[in-house]
Amino acid sequence: MRYLPLTRADRAAMLDTIGASSVDELYCDVPDGALLDAPVDLPSHLGEMQVERDMMALAAKNMGASSVPSFLGAGAYRHHVPATVDYVIQRGEFLTAYTPYQPEIAQGTLQYLFEFQTQVASITGMDVANASMWDGATSCAEAVLMACRATRRKKAVLSGGLHPHYREVTETYCQYSDTEVAGRDGHPEHQATAEELNDLIDDQTACVVVQYPDVFGRIQDHTQLADLCHAKGALLVVVFTEAVAFGAVKSPGSFGADIVCGEGQSIGNALNYGGPYVGLFATTQKLVRQMPGRLCGETVDQDGKRGFVLTLSTREQHIRREKATSNICTNSGLCSLAFTVHMSLLGEDGYRRLATLNHENACKAADAIDAVDGASVVNDSFFNEFTVKLSKPAAEVVEALVAKGVLAGVPLSRLYPNRSDLDKYLLVAVTETNTDEDIAALASALKEALA
Amino acid sequence: MTFTTHTGNRGLVLEEQLIFEQGQPGRTGVDLPEPKGTKSRLGGLDRDSDVGLPGLSEPQVVRHFTRLSQKNYGIDAGFFPLGSCTMKHNPRLNEKVARLPGLADLHPMQPESTVQGALELIDQCAHWLLVLTGMPAVSMSPAAGAQGELCGMMAIRAALDARGENRRRVLVPESAHGTNPATAAACGFTVDSIPATEDGRVDLAAFEAKLGDDVAGIMLTNPNTCGLFERDVRKIADLVHEAGGYFYCDGANFNAIVGRVRPADLGIDAMHINLHKTFSTPHGGGGPGSGPVVFSEALAPFAPIPYVVKKGDGFHLVETADEEDGMKPFGRLKGFHGQMGMFIRALTYMKSHGADGLRQASGDAVLNANYLLARLKDKLSVAFPGYCMHEALFDDGFLKDTGVSTLDLAKAIIDEGFHPMTMYFPLVVHGALLIEPTETETKESIDQFCDAILSLVAKAESGDAEFFKNAPYLTPRRRLDETAAARKPVLRWKPETA
Repeated sequence: MRYLPLTRADRAAMLDTIGASSVDELYCDVPDGALLDAPVDLPSHLGEMQVERDMMALAAKNMGASSVPSFLGAGAYRHHVPATVDYVIQRGEFLTAYTPYQPEIAQGTLQYLFEFQTQVASITGMDVANASMWDGATSCAEAVLMACRATRRKKAVLSGGLHPHYREVTETYCQYSDTEVAGRDGHPEHQATAEELNDLIDDQTACVVVQYPDVFGRIQDHTQLADLCHAKGALLVVVFTEAVAFGAVKSPGSFGADIVCGEGQSIGNALNYGGPYVGLFATTQKLVRQMPGRLCGETVDQDGKRGFVLTLSTREQHIRREKATSNICTNSGLCSLAFTVHMSLLGEDGYRRLATLNHENACKAADAIDAVDGASVVNDSFFNEFTVKLSKPAAEVVEALVAKGVLAGVPLSRLYPNRSDLDKYLLVAVTETNTDEDIAALASALKEALA
Repeated sequence: MTFTTHTGNRGLVLEEQLIFEQGQPGRTGVDLPEPKGTKSRLGGLDRDSDVGLPGLSEPQVVRHFTRLSQKNYGIDAGFFPLGSCTMKHNPRLNEKVARLPGLADLHPMQPESTVQGALELIDQCAHWLLVLTGMPAVSMSPAAGAQGELCGMMAIRAALDARGENRRRVLVPESAHGTNPATAAACGFTVDSIPATEDGRVDLAAFEAKLGDDVAGIMLTNPNTCGLFERDVRKIADLVHEAGGYFYCDGANFNAIVGRVRPADLGIDAMHINLHKTFSTPHGGGGPGSGPVVFSEALAPFAPIPYVVKKGDGFHLVETADEEDGMKPFGRLKGFHGQMGMFIRALTYMKSHGADGLRQASGDAVLNANYLLARLKDKLSVAFPGYCMHEALFDDGFLKDTGVSTLDLAKAIIDEGFHPMTMYFPLVVHGALLIEPTETETKESIDQFCDAILSLVAKAESGDAEFFKNAPYLTPRRRLDETAAARKPVLRWKPETA
């Protein structure tokens, strides 16, 4: 087997040094009968060529999102990833390193984490960010738990505009920690106002969680809500699923948000059928010691040179054990590197322009879809994603369009399987990767399907 | 010969500023089309201020990250015997396959009919894990080992709730990884610590004495964090089951027994598997990982959504809790469907090894660790007697009276060109040194490492503590001031204010 260097002679010599007669003898503590004497019932090893052939056969059974006009979003977005990103993350010094616990030989990882934290804080308009979480949904759940710690309260109000997966993960995380999760059902044609959410805040409310832009694509100013939260001693958590948006819209920090968290996949990371992605998590200076996850900080070395280390680790499980702020250990290191490299390439001009192009393409698509009989865009505002009301159930229309070679979007029935009132709504995302031809193909296929 | 250079660079060791200190307005590393000036529909919330990102060209970005990479130690560069972390070779085939457009370029919300190959791949990966563990069910959702623990412990909590029982105490050996108690606490359990015996295993008598009708279960790592097989594991399983609790096994060290021992034969109820350790999806400088959890029949109904089932000729993704009769999922742990990119790599790794190769790999990992133990045991102080599993544990007794600490020794090992072992973990051993060579190392590299350690020990014994206190000397940065970093945290770059 090509990954295993020991020769028969090596093994014999090593057993001799150990003073054991066989490898089985080294397993002498295994209870009687539990030590297998033959391989389990699985295929034998394969050469590189055969494995590749097997895996290509599986890949061939899928329809790649970029192989057809594709308009799926709902928390994962297809963007162009520059070739430089993949080159950097495949460098062995990054790919095969461990968590930077030995800072003298991990300055590469530590410095990019410091840059990542700065980029995340900058786009969200917050003071500080951590070194990443698992994904947007788990970041949202961790934000709620953090708000409960910071306020010593036990209730979270989730806006109806929050992605259902984020809501479900938050409910799952809260269910065994006596944390109440309240909120309303979302609807693409009714958006909760700050006053309506305010009515749900009581003296036990740790935070209100809103999504910006929300799951239906709408963009809402949350400045008033932040004030209402703060007046009642609650925190405002702003969640996002599309990190490109902040190149075009005001940052959540400008509203007075206390925690801003969400999904960073959009920048530098492939769709990967849903993972691995990278959770972004930012907050104010005041709350930094309540944060979950790793933090990288600046310091100096013995010779006085600037360097970086993991810091404030007394919040973390390896030191605090059951009193830690979170159980997270491994995070999304390499995905955060992909984010950092892509963001470095974009820079101020590129990031802003990328966001503008997304929005312009979305506007173009919205107009094209609105012109189709039986389809109407319900959003007044949007960034690169909006909800369309169809004259037929959206899931059927999506299936019909697959047959025409178009991935039309995400039917809300996929996200809200128990909400029959939403089954005619389709969520459509449009990015810089969509061409005029893609948009024309979508509009014409929709026209046929809805006729 | 030491001298200072004008640039601060030292040959191939190049100083590198932050990207924020290198940017120039008007520079960019991407060529995007000119926007057309469409009137925005952003609800009046158009960004009206700069983000604050620096502008760099593509060659600057490439050079920046190349220079940063050169300040990192990875498995590709050398021996990385970091105990409990399993730093084995990361095959490039896995990376290549994970980037096939038919796998990497799939949107998680595509219609099922367009992702049958992806669902089949998840099912195949699950099948390998089930056969290797002997267990009847697996949840592929968890994002990493710690979330796998959460998955297992939440299933236990849900099963207890379904039984109408209010058991809240979880027994955790004091040698456990920090995630174990943190996870138990996150599930609303209280943690009760079990002491270790003189030989590094769970103290069976102490464990038995702690059992009661308020015990939800035990979280036990096996092979344990001391690198030892818990020889009473079946007895522990029987006792916890008799007491009405469940057995959560932390599978972080599954790599020692893959293909040789099936956890199902030991009586476990749930166990997470770190794909980034045992099945070599890379560590990536701290992630991403993946932590599928295998379940016994008793816990299987409570596994979270989503999961893949066979349906007719194809595969179906169950995304709602009430879709299937008899299933009572405790909820959802993650957006979408788990770490697909890691399943691809792990399956590629498993198929490459096959049943025979996986068995050989675990055997070689244990052989390498015992060889290293045998080579060092006369000069270093072995923590516990007998053979070890995949890693060898020493305490700092051998450094007594030298004035050199475990940390000092580890830093001196860096100058010798190795990544140090795990230090000060597990906590049950004073000044612990946990060394895990893995199966992908040659006998020669282990010998070189052992020779280097032995020479350093001789140096420590000769009274040269000062040399160790100041190590490392040859790294891009020397010891960093962690106290200063924590006292006044600087967690981001900020422009200098005029």
